[in-house]
Amino acid sequence: MHTLVLTKGVPDFREGQVSFDEDGHLERGKTPTVMNPNDKHALEAALQTKVRHGGTVSLMSMGPPGYKEVLQEGMADVYADDLYLCSDREMGAADTWATSITLSTGIDHLDEEPDVVFAGFKTADGETGHTGPQTCWCQDWPIVTHVVALDIDEEERTLRAKRLVEGDVEEIETVEAPLPCFVVADPEFEPTYRKAEHRLRHKDLRAETQKRAENFEDHLEVYDQEELNLDPDFIGLDGSPTIVAGVDPIPKAPPEREATMVDPSDEGAMADVFEELEPYAGAD
Amino acid sequence: MTDDYEHYEAVVVGAGPGGAAAAATLAQNGVETLVLERGVESGSKNVSGGLIYAEESAPYTIDGLFPEFRSEASERPVTEYYLHNVAGRNVKTIDLTDLHEHDTTWSDAVLRRHMDSWLEGRVHEMTRETGGGLLTGVRVDGLLREAGEIVGVTCEELDPIKADAIIAADGVNSELARDAGLMDWEDPEEWFQGVKAIVDMPASAIAERFGVDEDEGVAHLFSGDLFEGVRGGGFLYTNDDSLSIGTVFHLDSLVAEAAEPHELLDALLTHPLLDQWLQGEYEELEYGAKLVPDSKKAANPSPHQGRLMLVGDAAGQMQAQGPIIKGMNHAVSAGALAAEAFSEAQTRGRPGEAGQRYETKLRDEGVMAKLRPTRYTVASAVGENGAVASVTDSLVDSPLGRLGIEAADRLGLLRRAFNSPFVMSVMPDTRTPYVTAPTAIAEALGTPVREENDVEPPDLADRIGDLTYDVGDPHIELRDNSFAASGAAVSACPVSAKDFGGGCYRDEKVKTNGHEEHLVSLDTQPCVECGTCAIVADTEWEHPAGGKGVEFEQG
Ligand SMILES: Cc1cc2nc3c(=O)[nH]c(=O)nc-3n(C[C@H](O)[C@H](O)[C@H](O)COP(=O)(O)OP(=O)(O)OC[C@H]3O[C@@H](n4cnc5c(N)ncnc54)[C@H](O)[C@@H]3O)c2cc1C
Ligand code: SF4
Repeated sequence: MHTLVLTKGVPDFREGQVSFDEDGHLERGKTPTVMNPNDKHALEAALQTKVRHGGTVSLMSMGPPGYKEVLQEGMADVYADDLYLCSDREMGAADTWATSITLSTGIDHLDEEPDVVFAGFKTADGETGHTGPQTCWCQDWPIVTHVVALDIDEEERTLRAKRLVEGDVEEIETVEAPLPCFVVADPEFEPTYRKAEHRLRHKDLRAETQKRAENFEDHLEVYDQEELNLDPDFIGLDGSPTIVAGVDPIPKAPPEREATMVDPSDEGAMADVFEELEPYAGAD
Repeated sequence: MTDDYEHYEAVVVGAGPGGAAAAATLAQNGVETLVLERGVESGSKNVSGGLIYAEESAPYTIDGLFPEFRSEASERPVTEYYLHNVAGRNVKTIDLTDLHEHDTTWSDAVLRRHMDSWLEGRVHEMTRETGGGLLTGVRVDGLLREAGEIVGVTCEELDPIKADAIIAADGVNSELARDAGLMDWEDPEEWFQGVKAIVDMPASAIAERFGVDEDEGVAHLFSGDLFEGVRGGGFLYTNDDSLSIGTVFHLDSLVAEAAEPHELLDALLTHPLLDQWLQGEYEELEYGAKLVPDSKKAANPSPHQGRLMLVGDAAGQMQAQGPIIKGMNHAVSAGALAAEAFSEAQTRGRPGEAGQRYETKLRDEGVMAKLRPTRYTVASAVGENGAVASVTDSLVDSPLGRLGIEAADRLGLLRRAFNSPFVMSVMPDTRTPYVTAPTAIAEALGTPVREENDVEPPDLADRIGDLTYDVGDPHIELRDNSFAASGAAVSACPVSAKDFGGGCYRDEKVKTNGHEEHLVSLDTQPCVECGTCAIVADTEWEHPAGGKGVEFEQG
């Protein structure tokens, strides 16, 4: 079983890490790059597949050379075997469309075709959720999104997944798809290891990977434009039909809101509070 | 449908010294062995005094099974051993090094988190070689049975697992032993409660205050009138750069006196005698507690049933040899013997005979004789007889008794008696050896301590607050919340106290329909899983789920 996880780096939006200029624009140079948080669920799903079925896990990303560290972080997390970075000046400033074409070509370039490709739900910077499905479209494979649980039948070469219908935790359906297949793991995805054998293998993999992740560059291949030989009209800025018309900062809530202190034992004052609240209460 | 379950040749439950010894021996014999431990890491649930012994007469020792044990997993060796008899400020110290060295190849102080996690690494490597391995964060919650026969274990975190041998090394309050009906949790007389503080002290201060080199250590024991008449005593052991200071009391005596365990510990910590070592400085790194079985009463001479064998505390194999506490070494012997029994039985194609072989080995290797000495049974029948006990007690305390003590000391008899393994093993469980005699000895022969000890140990709220918990569902439920049924836990629980609202057990007076009811309430959040209330209160008692509950950093 060969699985591939698509991942990317995003600015670390956590309080204390992220930095904006006066106009509210992100200062990339001052904000560290981390793995897109939602990709962790894709990694978990790939790890579960490796633990249960053996085989190898590869990680692929498209981005600047600095994404190598993101791949290293992913290697340690998912116990990945090898890493691929599609990186070239000409690929820069790509939108999700150009990115998908690049990644899809990268997938075709792998020595061994993956049985399952996992993608994260959406990125913390773009929030589009396009890249996974578009890459899949390029490959012309089936795709299952919002996956919360996964089972693979290696002999039958099928995958059975529980997925959220319309992203709603209340409604879950089970679907089956032939391999190879794309899977987008939902943030609700929970890996399960109910067998001792699986947990022991998990432990083995962790021990094995520690060394590998330290020397991750030995397991990293960079695919540049020369290697992938992409049509220049379909990559980078030129291949990106998306136009960003403008950026509207979301106004911050005022630091101090108007508040009136009410003594809860003061019945008259409390009656006023209820009166104020009434219009917002339920219909009955 | 059970055919789908995973199967291992052997499953070992618990990775303390008993489980580690069993698993290592199984792996050495080529047996496919799975070890399941509920703590996030081995040792994170365990509290011991603790001095681990390698006895000359033991069939197995921890360093025999794990050759690097002493250099990598233990603290200091014990090179001096003293007993302090205390009456007020008067102290009479007796050198017990001879008793300590009797049948002893070596003895080291240990801290359980460090020791057990080290063992975990070794055991995982060894068992992985033979197709198994060690998993932490997995709590076994029962025995898997088919047609009434034990065939495996059930766990919260994993699907049921079948095995040809199940070694329950799950410690005191073994849920597997209870499930099989091999041990019960009824009688407080069968248990001790141990409470311990780890006190920070740099190696240089230990060297200076105890007069020891880097590779030397000291053990001090304390008995007499400093514990409100509760039967038991205190200890102080030197680690590499901390001290283990604690108390061990008979549980029935704690309950009878309604004593507060943390206050008894404080009585020791603040006694003037300790000033020479603490010197006004006191930083408590951890507070912990655990029940300790008394093998003389609790050890099951036939600790097996079908494929199940109990080892260590789970089988009550914890020997109190007078003031010397030996549990870890016997758990090691028993674990290895059970493993040996299974691999022999398996080689002969009769794995079902493992339990009987194990029982025979415990007897033939002399382990059972140490745990339940027949001479104790005879001596205790006389010594613990109520009338005899009270006459002995008053006699020791009388002017005549004192004359005897003085004479015995002049003739060197006192030191010899205390250093006699024979005398120590027949000592009755009455007030006399724990309280009356030490007090009388200190009064007659002791010299007063002049120093003041002004350390202030933390209060219970701070002690509880310093521990790490990850709480799941309440793992203990009160079956009967009347004070009459469960009130003893309010004081006996080491993290509760009568006038303290932040502990596990609380005393409550509730008015209903004009009459007042005396009840107790329980909040398991600050529970240190010592097991006390499983015995002294009417509860449904279980350990928390794997990885949940208290986590000891020192142990
Ligand atoms: C204060 C104090 C002082 C002591 N002093 C000494 C001393 O100086 N010398 C000495 O030799 N002994 C001493 N003892 C006793 C000694 O600690 C025990 O006898 C010894 O630890 C028993 O070893 P064991 O392997 O049987 O059990 P434990 O060491 O208790 O190990 C049991 C293991 O099983 C795990 N476990 C329990 N239930 C489950 C489950 N359901 N599923 C999975 N895992 C489970 C536990 O987490 C634990 O790791 C002392 C005890 C106390 C409390
Ligand atoms: S609640 Fe029970 S098990 Fe927990 S610390 Fe108190 S007495 Fe011990």
